[in-house]
Amino acid sequence: MTKRIVVLGGGTGGTLTANRLRRLLDRDAAQIVVVDTDDEHVYQPGLLFVPFGLARPDELVRSRQRQLRPGIEFHCEAVEHVDLENDAVLLADGTSLSYDVLVVATGARLMPEETQGLPGAGWQEKVFTFYTLDGAVALQRALSRFDGGRLVVGVMDMPIKCPVAPLEFSFLADWYFRKRGIRDKVELIYVTPLDGAFTKATCNRELSGMLEDKGISLVTEFNTGEVDGQNGRLISYDGREVAFDLAALIPLHGGQAYVDRSPGLGDELGFVPTDQHTLQAKAKPNVFVIGDAADVPASKAGSVAHFEGETLASNICRYLAGEPLDPSFDGHTNCFIESGFGKALLIDFNYDTEPLTGHFPGRVGLPLLRQSRLNHLGKLAFSWLYWHVLLPGRNVPGVPASMPAAGKQPPGKRRPGQAPSN
Amino acid sequence: MPTATYGGTEVSLNDEGFFADPAQWTEAMAPEIASKEGIDHLTDRHWQVIKFMRDEFEANGSGPTVRVLGKTSGVTIKELYELFPKGPAKTAAKIAGIPKPRGCI
Repeated sequence: MTKRIVVLGGGTGGTLTANRLRRLLDRDAAQIVVVDTDDEHVYQPGLLFVPFGLARPDELVRSRQRQLRPGIEFHCEAVEHVDLENDAVLLADGTSLSYDVLVVATGARLMPEETQGLPGAGWQEKVFTFYTLDGAVALQRALSRFDGGRLVVGVMDMPIKCPVAPLEFSFLADWYFRKRGIRDKVELIYVTPLDGAFTKATCNRELSGMLEDKGISLVTEFNTGEVDGQNGRLISYDGREVAFDLAALIPLHGGQAYVDRSPGLGDELGFVPTDQHTLQAKAKPNVFVIGDAADVPASKAGSVAHFEGETLASNICRYLAGEPLDPSFDGHTNCFIESGFGKALLIDFNYDTEPLTGHFPGRVGLPLLRQSRLNHLGKLAFSWLYWHVLLPGRNVPGVPASMPAAGKQPPGKRRPGQAPSN
Repeated sequence: MPTATYGGTEVSLNDEGFFADPAQWTEAMAPEIASKEGIDHLTDRHWQVIKFMRDEFEANGSGPTVRVLGKTSGVTIKELYELFPKGPAKTAAKIAGIPKPRGCI
């Protein structure tokens, strides 16, 4: 009998999952349906470059449906809720889609309204976010008019998508104002609720050093309680203030609203509790989760969704065949960190291994945790790989889904002649 | 590994001063840890948060972040900061004898 697999979300995770499953399962074995609210697939890693005029917004958007293989149905409709008990998804137009397997791939939602003062006075005038296409475009206009003052880059609270993006934004802002010859008139401040520049101790040293080298001040353990756009101030819950002339903020994130409307599916932030190795939802055995929608302790990043894809597709097939699931996802994450001036760093880590120095994916390859021109080219090439390899659900040649250990320096060991990083 | 003595019992701490072994913690140790964190008197509201942290840790293996505490503990974020001015999630985790909340990655 033909099974029906419903995939909620036609973003990175949903698209690559549907495409992988379509290759693995015959059409008479499974019908695959993807649901999303619109047909605009945004290449999110490109948003970072828009404010600096390094990417054009229209280059970043393609049809969701056209990224899906033949034999995959696409429903352009919002989800009202998931009825876990009856294995059905209710759509906003009243349609009920029953499923044998559900894949939750609806990512994270920006929730600026959860911070007092957002979106409020000064929104899209001097308070911006580059985490949406509109916001990135508006910020581009504001930056081009900005000729001096305090630019604050602020993270409201974790978790956020692509946790390195706000740092990259700061590095690029330094480069941008130097290029315009007004860096001495601009004060750059990075504000974070964390106790360091980044969550991972090994990168923290490298990245904090880079902020210092570029003259970017770091304000830590700042939990923003209110944004006063009118007077240009961030106010923390413990009463500290950071003044700004222009603010690029990363709003609070949560899961999609329909998750909150689906009894038993999500946690208090709307993310879906998920087994971190099999990617099966804890709510019910026929529900699986990929990408930012899951509560797994990995970064919310496209590379994670990509590396999860192989385990997820194989486990859905195993589930349909009544076989035990394969607990093979290791939390593998891979991020290019754009550092300005045509250079970038690369970090590669998983649930158990901190980002290390060395080379990726083996002894010969891109340098890890070190600025290089090669990594910048890697970041640019990633856009092509995204549309042509990741979304079709294929493996990048030479890059395994599990984190490669070859080429990485064990902690504490350094190459001869390499200076300590702190 | 650093140690500390609370209520006459020696416990192991990690480098940041959080309990290395949450099983070594007892309620009787809480006031002494709190006073080291600058909180001289633990009120019922403090205890509500500390017990909540402890329960969450026992259920999920990790203490909640400030944002989750604000949504689920019955104490608003504003009040959490009044109770634990140096950072509610971290301070309450220390007093509750559990690891530093995982925050995020």
